[in-house]
Amino acid sequence: MKKEEVLLKKVRELNDTEGDERGNTATILTEKKEVGPPVDAATAKREMFVRSRRSFLVGGAAALVGVFGWRWMPAETKYNLLRRTFEFNEKVSQFFYRPSRLAPEFPPSRISQRRVNGMIGIDTELDRAAWTLSVGGLYGRVDDLVLTLDDIKALPRTEMITELKCIEGWSIIVQWAGVRFSDFAAKYLPNTTDGSRPDVAGSPEKLVPYVSLSTPDNGYFVGWDMPSVLHPQTLLAYEMNGEPLLPEHGAPLRLASPTKYGIKLLKRIGRIEFTTERSRDYWAESGYDWYSGH
Amino acid sequence: MKKQLERKHSLAIRWLHWVNFPLLTMMIWSGMLIYWANAVYSIRIFGTAFFHFFPPWFYEFLGIPYRLAEGIQLHFFFMWLFAVNGLIYVVYLAASGEWRAILPVPGSFGRAIQVALYDAKIVKKLPPHGKYNDAQRIAYTAVILMGAGSVITGLAIYKPLQLAWLTSLLGGYEWARWEHFWLTILFVLFFVVHIIQVAMAGWANFRSMVTGYDVVDADPVATVPDLPESEGVRV
Repeated sequence: MKKEEVLLKKVRELNDTEGDERGNTATILTEKKEVGPPVDAATAKREMFVRSRRSFLVGGAAALVGVFGWRWMPAETKYNLLRRTFEFNEKVSQFFYRPSRLAPEFPPSRISQRRVNGMIGIDTELDRAAWTLSVGGLYGRVDDLVLTLDDIKALPRTEMITELKCIEGWSIIVQWAGVRFSDFAAKYLPNTTDGSRPDVAGSPEKLVPYVSLSTPDNGYFVGWDMPSVLHPQTLLAYEMNGEPLLPEHGAPLRLASPTKYGIKLLKRIGRIEFTTERSRDYWAESGYDWYSGH
Repeated sequence: MKKQLERKHSLAIRWLHWVNFPLLTMMIWSGMLIYWANAVYSIRIFGTAFFHFFPPWFYEFLGIPYRLAEGIQLHFFFMWLFAVNGLIYVVYLAASGEWRAILPVPGSFGRAIQVALYDAKIVKKLPPHGKYNDAQRIAYTAVILMGAGSVITGLAIYKPLQLAWLTSLLGGYEWARWEHFWLTILFVLFFVVHIIQVAMAGWANFRSMVTGYDVVDADPVATVPDLPESEGVRV
């Protein structure tokens, strides 16, 4: 038999057994097919065995390192790794942060049913008449300044209808009225890092970088970064959904802001302090992200 | 019959594929720890909850309750690895030309239905295909889009103020969370089908994803000895 006939016979056999299974979609995108030289079955089997042994050993070792490396990593090492990742994520967030970006605001028709989620730090009865706000870390002052609600209300009033997002995953739309924190800081000047006179609007980067807020009983405390505090939608709020704050919502004065999760929106603020150190945070101490910023 | 070793999967694809497995597992696991804190989604038919995600026994069995903080820690650690691995995968497919084996082509959807009928043993013949059949092409491309979707909807939930435009584009914060959840369910469904298909395809197919190679019958054309080029026969 001539070689051509051998070839044609084999091609016919191939076509009969495999039909037109191959070559359709492959030819459209000129898909590559890489095959080694033809060898006898025993050689192929041996070569495949060698390749399998190597690949399964390498793959198995990698899997063991991955699984047991993670499982046997000391709890403290793992905690630090995840904590440092939060801090890394925070740096990335702050790199992209622009104070000019605003959270969406909503029409009054979208205001949700109110929702109370936690009474930590506000589980004692509120004495409205006795309430005052202490402010520490002010420029040119060593001791706390003590303010009343009227002092706060004397500042420009701002209203917004924004989405409050709980770290648990739910959200509600709330109408707030109060004082922009930036207006408050422009009146009661925070310290600067270099001791120069503060210019809150002009050079906020010179202000001390952190703000600490706590309830009068110190049962709940949060730490904020200065850029988020000075965001135009961060308010010291005294009204919610058109009426004065109820005790369970943080009367007489609370934080309201779409820049962070609800865990950061301290109710019944007793003290505000501008600090150079990253301040303590109730939920960060339970493993949540200190920054928790949006 | 002579045999040949066929190179099925490149080293990069195998590593990216297998690394993705624990990464996606950790993303879904930590996602469940987070989802538990506000488990609000159900399958509703005519307004009646048909199946709630998830029933209490499910959470108890897996030990999920009250681990929100841990879930967030894990999610925002593994998200980087998951996203980077996925990005390398896409760049590699594009640069190596291996996208040719994966992208659906005209006619893929029609042939994919035939593949499904073949898998269901309703028709006897698998439609013509290259390295992957058309159902695989659609599935493997879709899963890349799902990965991108998970990253995008995740970012919209993670930074709904700095990325407010993106969150709005997805229908708002609540919708973005809903979309993120359902993409995860799709991943789980993909995984289930993938495992069944791999089990049905057999050992050699599974082994090829580890070793990169499979043993195939030698191409008869290539085994014809000493065919002078001038006498070549068109086939």
